[in-house]
Amino acid sequence: MQQLAITGGSEKPLLSLHDINMTFGGVKALKNVSFDVRPGEVHCLAGENGCGKSTLIKIITGVYRPADGASIDYDGETYSHMSPVTAQDRGIQVIWQDLALFPEMSVAENIAFQTVLGRWPKLVDYGRMRKIATDALERLGITLDVDLPLKEYAIAQRQIVAIARALVGEAKLVFMDEPTASLTQSETDHLLDIVRGLSASGVAVVFVSHRLAEVLEISSRITVLRDGALVGVYPAAGMTQSRITELMTGKTFDQQVRAKSRPDQPVVLEVKGLSRPGQFDDISLTVQRGETLGITGLLGAGRTELAQTLFGMLQPATGTITLEGKPVHFSSNRDAIKAGVAYLSEDRLSLGLIQPQSIADNLVISSLGKIVSGGFLSDERKRKLVAGWIADLGVKIGLQSDAISTLSGGNQQRIAIAKWLATDPKLLILDAPTVGVDVGARAGIFDIVAKLAETGLAIILISDEVPEVYFNADRVLHMAQGRIVGSYDPRSVPLAEIEGAVYA
Amino acid sequence: MHSFARTHATEVALIAVIAVICTVLSFATTNFFSIGNAFDLLNTSSVNIIFAVGLLVVLIAGGIDISFAVAASVVQYGTAIALGWIGGGGWISGLVIAGSIGICLGAVNALLIHRFRIISIVATISTFNIYFGLLMFFTKGVSIYDLPEWLTDRVVLFEHETADGSWIEITLPVLVMVLCVVATWVLITRTTTGRQLYAFGDNPEGARRFGINIGAMQFIAFGWLGLMAGIGGLVQAHYAQEVVPNALYGRELDVLAAVVLGGARLGGGKGSVLGCVLGVLLIAITQNGLNLMGVSPFAFKMIVGAIILIAITLSNTSIERLLPFASQKGARR
Repeated sequence: MQQLAITGGSEKPLLSLHDINMTFGGVKALKNVSFDVRPGEVHCLAGENGCGKSTLIKIITGVYRPADGASIDYDGETYSHMSPVTAQDRGIQVIWQDLALFPEMSVAENIAFQTVLGRWPKLVDYGRMRKIATDALERLGITLDVDLPLKEYAIAQRQIVAIARALVGEAKLVFMDEPTASLTQSETDHLLDIVRGLSASGVAVVFVSHRLAEVLEISSRITVLRDGALVGVYPAAGMTQSRITELMTGKTFDQQVRAKSRPDQPVVLEVKGLSRPGQFDDISLTVQRGETLGITGLLGAGRTELAQTLFGMLQPATGTITLEGKPVHFSSNRDAIKAGVAYLSEDRLSLGLIQPQSIADNLVISSLGKIVSGGFLSDERKRKLVAGWIADLGVKIGLQSDAISTLSGGNQQRIAIAKWLATDPKLLILDAPTVGVDVGARAGIFDIVAKLAETGLAIILISDEVPEVYFNADRVLHMAQGRIVGSYDPRSVPLAEIEGAVYA
Repeated sequence: MHSFARTHATEVALIAVIAVICTVLSFATTNFFSIGNAFDLLNTSSVNIIFAVGLLVVLIAGGIDISFAVAASVVQYGTAIALGWIGGGGWISGLVIAGSIGICLGAVNALLIHRFRIISIVATISTFNIYFGLLMFFTKGVSIYDLPEWLTDRVVLFEHETADGSWIEITLPVLVMVLCVVATWVLITRTTTGRQLYAFGDNPEGARRFGINIGAMQFIAFGWLGLMAGIGGLVQAHYAQEVVPNALYGRELDVLAAVVLGGARLGGGKGSVLGCVLGVLLIAITQNGLNLMGVSPFAFKMIVGAIILIAITLSNTSIERLLPFASQKGARR
């Protein structure tokens, strides 16, 4: 698919919102926001978590009703509010972040799901369903076996199924909420191609993403929201990532390379010739006290498997791991924790934190031994330990007993880090620590990482976003297909060179 | 065929297990491998299959029901009393009455689950106790033997003497069972309502966003099981020629095990009528075979339990783990 020329600004908007106000329990979620989308454009809605993006989307799709005085002009008609049925009938479709798909049902059924809707039973026409699905996929230039259950396909294909489903509803306006959050670089590129194709065929796309690089790449205009208010609407041409970040947060972040060398520091971790067939091969690396080693590479390069091996969750086939001069063999992650290795997992939400449990319980889960008094867990010790870490890491919480799910992504991530720090590790492995965390909170997390390194902790920072490791690590290793294929010093190599190597 | 094996892994595994067991039994016993015995099995399994396809619908919709077997007992008493009032009745009026009482009892479960937001296992354990308690209280544990004649007369729809002298018989329960199986298959695979049930069980939040009526889904699922429990109850009374208050007590777990064995998932969105029927048959064949081999009936439960574990382990893991190529395209991360 080819690059689309951006349509001119004189065109009449497809959607135009004015005076949108929304209040939840006394808190103003949106203040006098206006927003417009032109036919066939790709428009990005940018802002930090909690800035009102999702509220705005829910108003346009009829899930919420805005305060009186709002006007919604859409495709020639004016509404004071939308209803979900009207929105769908008039061609407004949303691809939610969780996709709302049915994994056990066939691809065809997922795409043509609207044919089984309706209050009264009808016979299902599988032939028509298959045709609708095949046509929609064809429009996207994709071939999938429409008879297979959706669960047979990976997240990238499911994303495409969700898009195909939106197309079946004769969409004129499609909202995509974080569509690339769990995609690899090449899958993201492919998705962006599809978005361009949609736009070329006259479908307007409103794109929400934390990844600013792709926002700049795909959109023609960017609407920035901050704290429920409109900051402004900007053409993407001439915009930079740091400028958007400033507009979103109202603060300036100048990213500087933090790398330093530490010639006198002892080596904490030494890995020699570590291999696990099919996952990684002949990995050798060292991490010094106080050093942050960055590992980057595409998803599936074996980074996470390597990290899990260092953490004892997987066992290496060959090779040695030496921790502070002593060779170690971890038969489980319990051994690794005991030896002083901490691992902050990639999938924090499902693996790292126990969402319905309290902040305090989550924080102490890996260090219960420290809060035992007289053979029983002591609430007093727990409270003190938790209070100490929350102060140290600057986590904003209500009560220690609040559920972890009440915290924002950034604060959850801090609790997840605190949980591991409470075990007194010597080596901390951070695997994709900023997934789902917005720009402002990311900076906060890396400030913490830098402070921890100052205290002498050895850190391995894993991320598929090259700038993250470039600016925050002392050395950057590039992994591809299970091997280390490059080692860079951020002080002497420009970012573009590493990005070129990784994304090539 | 390759794609059938992939999308119907459980059914294929069950057919394989049944084939193995049948082969073993036909060598180990003299009369297992006879057509007469096969039809015997079908006649005796009919009630369980009727219950099983009803329960399947509830499991697909993401629920579970412990109460349906005792509900069927309640239906038997209610129907016997109602038939007395109308002066005897016949198969048609009997099925209508039994089905209606069954649907009402199922609707009670749906009401508790949907209206009062009680999770289905808790709601139906409660109704299980309530139904059974009421039944024992009002009947004082007394059985009914003076059922209408039409109900206790054996109805043989087809009989034929084979060359080896055994009889092939198709009785009324088999016909009712086949009708229930076909009706359930049509409901869940051929109607939009059935697909909505699958979708609701698979991803309730996704279904809600599409505007699927969640309350209706619960009433349809539990109502269908109620209907099947009612019909199954009447057929069981016919088969046993008596109504005993605790005759079906405990049947719910046997049927649940068979349905899960057939590939339905506790949690919803998955399960097929074929798998469900195969699940019931596998257990029935095992019991029948053990019987013919002269194994003590006290060992049945133990052996059946082991078969269920082995079959479920096989159907869950073997296809994907033992034959990795079968799920290669799955590329899960």
